[in-house]
Amino acid sequence: MTNLQPTIAPDTLLTQHLPILLVIVPLLSAPLIVLLRRSFLSWLVAMIASVAAFGIAALLLQQVLASDGVIAYAIGNWEAPLGIELRVDAVNAFVAFIVALVGVFVLPYCRIGIAAEVRQEEHYLFYAMLMLCLCGLLGILLTGDAFNVFVFLEISSLATYVLIAMGRDRRALVASYQYLLMGTVGATLYVIGIGILYLQTGTLNLADMAQRLSGVGDVRATLAALAFITVGVSLKIALFPLHLWLPNAYAYSPSAVSAFLAATATKVSIYVLMRYYFTVFGAVTVFDAHNTGMILLALSLAAMFIPAVVAIFQRDVKRLLAYSSVSQIGYITLGISLGTVGGLTAAIAHLFNHALTKGALFLVLGGIVLRCGGANLDRLAGIGRTMPVAAFAFVIGGLSLIGIPGTAGFISKWYLVTAAMAEGQWWLAGAVMMSSLLAVIYVWRFVEVAYFQAPPDDHPPVGEAPLSMRVPALLMVGACVYFGLDATWSGEVATRAATALLEGWQ
Amino acid sequence: MSAAMQLGGILATPLVGLVLVSLSGRSANLRDGISFTTAVVLFVQVLGLVSDVLGGARPALTLVEMLPGMSLSLAVEPLGALFALIASGLWIVSSLYSVGYMRGNKEQKQTRFFVCFAGAIFAAQGIALSGNMLTLFLFYEAMTLITYPLVTHHGTEHAKKSARVYLGVLMGTSILFLLTGVLATWVLAGTLDFRHGGILAGQVGAAGTAALVALYMFGIGKAALMPFHRWLPAAMVAPTPVSALLHAVAVVKAGVFSVLKVIVYIFGAQNLIDLGSADWVPIIAGFTILAASVVALRADNLKRRLAYSTVSQLSYVTLAATLLAPISLVGAAMHIAAHAVGKITLFFAAGSIYTAAHKTEVSQLDGIGRRMPWTMTAFAIGALSMIGLPPAAGFVSKWYVLSAAMSLEHWLAVGVLVTSTLLNAGYFLPIVWRAFFRAPPDDAHDEHHSDDPHHGPHGEAPRIMVFAQTTTAALTVGLFLYHEPVLRLARAVAGGF
Repeated sequence: MTNLQPTIAPDTLLTQHLPILLVIVPLLSAPLIVLLRRSFLSWLVAMIASVAAFGIAALLLQQVLASDGVIAYAIGNWEAPLGIELRVDAVNAFVAFIVALVGVFVLPYCRIGIAAEVRQEEHYLFYAMLMLCLCGLLGILLTGDAFNVFVFLEISSLATYVLIAMGRDRRALVASYQYLLMGTVGATLYVIGIGILYLQTGTLNLADMAQRLSGVGDVRATLAALAFITVGVSLKIALFPLHLWLPNAYAYSPSAVSAFLAATATKVSIYVLMRYYFTVFGAVTVFDAHNTGMILLALSLAAMFIPAVVAIFQRDVKRLLAYSSVSQIGYITLGISLGTVGGLTAAIAHLFNHALTKGALFLVLGGIVLRCGGANLDRLAGIGRTMPVAAFAFVIGGLSLIGIPGTAGFISKWYLVTAAMAEGQWWLAGAVMMSSLLAVIYVWRFVEVAYFQAPPDDHPPVGEAPLSMRVPALLMVGACVYFGLDATWSGEVATRAATALLEGWQ
Repeated sequence: MSAAMQLGGILATPLVGLVLVSLSGRSANLRDGISFTTAVVLFVQVLGLVSDVLGGARPALTLVEMLPGMSLSLAVEPLGALFALIASGLWIVSSLYSVGYMRGNKEQKQTRFFVCFAGAIFAAQGIALSGNMLTLFLFYEAMTLITYPLVTHHGTEHAKKSARVYLGVLMGTSILFLLTGVLATWVLAGTLDFRHGGILAGQVGAAGTAALVALYMFGIGKAALMPFHRWLPAAMVAPTPVSALLHAVAVVKAGVFSVLKVIVYIFGAQNLIDLGSADWVPIIAGFTILAASVVALRADNLKRRLAYSTVSQLSYVTLAATLLAPISLVGAAMHIAAHAVGKITLFFAAGSIYTAAHKTEVSQLDGIGRRMPWTMTAFAIGALSMIGLPPAAGFVSKWYVLSAAMSLEHWLAVGVLVTSTLLNAGYFLPIVWRAFFRAPPDDAHDEHHSDDPHHGPHGEAPRIMVFAQTTTAALTVGLFLYHEPVLRLARAVAGGF
């Protein structure tokens, strides 16, 4: 970031460097937090960093949407393909916006939420890890370099393993270890994939790689790379049946971490998959030559049904939501598997809507867990009476999960079903509807327990969650409703992102 | 007055009422007063709207642009005005009745009850005024959800189980069929606006249209077409005012209203005649009419009998709508009004019997007409309306439907109508006969309720309840004698044929 032209006015200067700032701000905040060490100060720094990141992400998104093109940023002024390039278009700007947005919701919540779940002397580590995780996720999104994706993937993953392990339950350690194993396998497969691509093309810059790959023609090596990257990234996505790490990871990590991960981590990996499919390999190679769409479609359908049925039988609401996430990921990959603008719009819209919905649900649930001392359905009996606001907020979030009109989830369903219908795949529309009925069942398990059962005898006589947890949770629930009633903005951005994705970086 | 203020006011009034009611939970009198006042204010506004609509005005309002090119919007047409009028008008009577019932039976959670009630009326107004199918669907689902706490009001295991059926059938059909139909319409027609002649006309072939008709007819579960009718008897677990206003008027009328709307404005009646894609619906509706009547005939529980009678009567509307003649559409619209006033009277009477005498079974009603003459007279008038005899409103609508079936030479429909009239008489007249002409059992009050405040010889229900049911009974007769405005609204619907 040196070599600044003195003729450029300072404000344009700053706006030029937005892509790198978005990664740098959370990255630098992490060591600062470690130096400060005090619980409150580290929270404050993390809070400021995440608000700043959100501001930057919003500006960046606005810039991209206004310019209607790609913003390329050469790190250290080393031009691509030699240097590492950040490349921002409507797709990753939007996903980065989502990630940063969730960060802003989660951090105020952490102040009390984490105090209850993580030991005082580890607070600064928690915040440092959360910032590294944020940095890693944003880095994956913005970078235009295949290996750099891997680096950021590892940064975010390592931070995530630590965050999960900080859960109060001792099973958190096993969950973290499980995720570590699966995540490492995924990352390794991914690296093998890009290794093959590097051998084929001699470049790691994604845009460059895309260009050269199109000249290579259809060879076995491309197929191998596609397979490695698909499986590797799918592990991180938790695409059925590679989801086994996810339920434990969400169930045993601290509530704030569950909310953050559920709303961001898998979404970012889905972005990576979309980027490789549509930008690097190209839709023609992926869908027409190798028929990946069929495989993805089959897995998506399995994801929409099997984990949803499993969710119905969970006693622990955190696990229930986790299985529901695996099921909802199926909707997103279903949209991708259609390979059309409509399908991609649906997928990207659901990235956004599901991030809001699941984030809101986990945030609300975190408050409930704090008061009830557990997420087991037995502990939640009667909370319709003891915590009316939280219970009602959870129901609203649940309605969004089902896709009731007036909630964000409905918008996703609208896009997904119309995309399937426009392709003449009428039966897929039926499958989506059937799957949402399963969501009705698992959401209603909560409703019946919350409103029809008496609170357990040892239920502590306390009311709603503390304000600092309630407000972010309710705001996020409010966002679910707002973006369900007025989806012109999110729908428009999703459409533009889908178009950008199909157009590629050329 | 601008359309925005007029329509916005109608939609906002029950919402404001809802908020005020929820805030005034501490003072029961204040709360119930607010509930009643809201109902009156709403009715006055709807009355203004109806007179404008009769004068030819068609106010419209866009609430919010939901998706690019797809708005949540309101647009009034005669049928919607009619439904809005019925729902808001009967809410006034019903809010009075509810006060008597809820206090008389010392029900729990009365504030929640009145809040949800206002919410249900809000949803009903939204359905009535909706300007496109998406808006209608939104309010339709809202109505299912807001009535759920009313169905589960008692919080018992039985209530929970029944509510599962209620929610399962209504939500299941609406998501699986109705939403699929709505989205398919959007994809095929590129719009969801209600237009005379139908937006699907000329867009889809006969087989495709038949499939869509099936999605809509079974998807609108609130119209209780068999085999998706089970939610309605299940909903009877709710307190009687809920059964009276919601499960005899607002919710079920929302269902058949949507059926009519879809036939007239989505498919277009002429389009359906040309394609013949809806010819199978009268068969299903006819079957529902007869089968539900047979079940009602055998039901001893009074509310259950009334519920199956409702299932049967709702299919009159569906049958009339899918006969697709202008005169049958008029009959369908008329029957929405006629059945509303008649059935609410019957439920009010059932609730009065329960409150005053704590009786729920038909077999317990021997001689009750002597102790509760007002109630049983109202019941008798409601029963006449169900059967379709003068001087009750049911006669008028049935006349229209029957003459439509005759002129179309649709002998199946004629047969169904005649048979069902006999069946209706078969399950309503014995109740009236029992109440007035059988001697009351001597030991009626020795077996139960020894420590009940109602023990000893009971009289009439609380006055406010008697007043409410007398009013609706009078309306039932009144609608027979003077139905000009309703007829004009109904004709305007068929005018867009």
